[in-house]
Amino acid sequence: MKKIDNNKAWWFVAPVVLLVAFNAVIPLMTVVNFSVQETFGDNVFFWAGVQWFEDVLRSERFHAALFRQVMFTGLVLLIEIPLGLLIALAMPRKGPWVSVCLVMMALPLLIPWNVVGAMWNIFALPDIGLLGRMINGLGIDYNYTRQPIGAWFTVVLMDVWHWTSLVVLLCYAGLVSIPDAYYQAAKVDGARPWAVFRYIQLPKLKYVLTIAILLRFMDSFMIYTEVVGLTGGGPGNSTTFLSIDLVKIALGQFDLGPAGAMSIIYFLIILLMSWLFYTLMMRGEDR
Amino acid sequence: MDAAPLAWMAWTWPTALFFLFILGCFVVMSIWEYFVPGGSPRHGVLGLDTTRGDRLFISLLGSAFIFLAWLGIVGMPLTAPIVIAILFAIAVFIWV
Repeated sequence: MKKIDNNKAWWFVAPVVLLVAFNAVIPLMTVVNFSVQETFGDNVFFWAGVQWFEDVLRSERFHAALFRQVMFTGLVLLIEIPLGLLIALAMPRKGPWVSVCLVMMALPLLIPWNVVGAMWNIFALPDIGLLGRMINGLGIDYNYTRQPIGAWFTVVLMDVWHWTSLVVLLCYAGLVSIPDAYYQAAKVDGARPWAVFRYIQLPKLKYVLTIAILLRFMDSFMIYTEVVGLTGGGPGNSTTFLSIDLVKIALGQFDLGPAGAMSIIYFLIILLMSWLFYTLMMRGEDR
Repeated sequence: MDAAPLAWMAWTWPTALFFLFILGCFVVMSIWEYFVPGGSPRHGVLGLDTTRGDRLFISLLGSAFIFLAWLGIVGMPLTAPIVIAILFAIAVFIWV
């Protein structure tokens, strides 16, 4: 690795550093400060040490929310990544249908998150919603407002509907950028479609897939708005994920100390997972 | 620190020292980089290509989890995890 001589470029980074300081570093510092204190409002704080961290780490409620979160993120990744890849592979590369497909794919991404929640809330209602009526019409007893499994099914389906497009668009961009020469060479060698996928497309998609998985991991691990709009964390606590529980503790109960401790643990988990994932995917590559 | 303009941030001395420590790490890393440029990259025991900055990141993140694990399993006091975290950081800077 050689030293880059033009260090003036660093000044161009300065505005970003300033922006990140205001929207991330300072709030994070405040959360750290909250996490070691107790407050009853009015900006009066009492020292609590690491009490909240101990409480949160040992609380059944946190373990349950974390478990639900991991399950949700795992499910979402298992469905969205292969599905997105498949759709991207099936999409046309040339002709008038390209723009139609791209617009269709982009549509769910343009809908505000709370609208997605509200939309699915009505769409899946068993008495008046199109989806809910249809499933019940098939003879399956489905009511996401009462059944935990029904709620999970709806939440996962909503996330797949909302976010698979992102994976599709990323993979499609990756696929389009593969030069024709690779395919021609494969054709000359008589490669079957599976071999083309395994030895040309998949390796070339490594970076976009890494980004897709990272983005979907982080977003699904922090999901809040859509689920609150759809189930509000219920029935019971069955779809109360970490962020929903966090908001309940911070704003519902106004326990800023425990909420601060929980935020930091939450943040560290996301940081660790993202780092591990990125490092493992990029191992052996020049960065 | 009430009437201060930063009162809303609810600063305490321990947390301020914690962030000063992190800032100190960055300053020391910058000075180190100035005198020995390039970040001394290498292929460590975990099979990862790391620079000094990566090793600091691994040390800090690892230390955070050492403390969390200790708090969750054992609890106070925190002298043992401090020692473990320092040993971990030294190990990371030597081998990883």
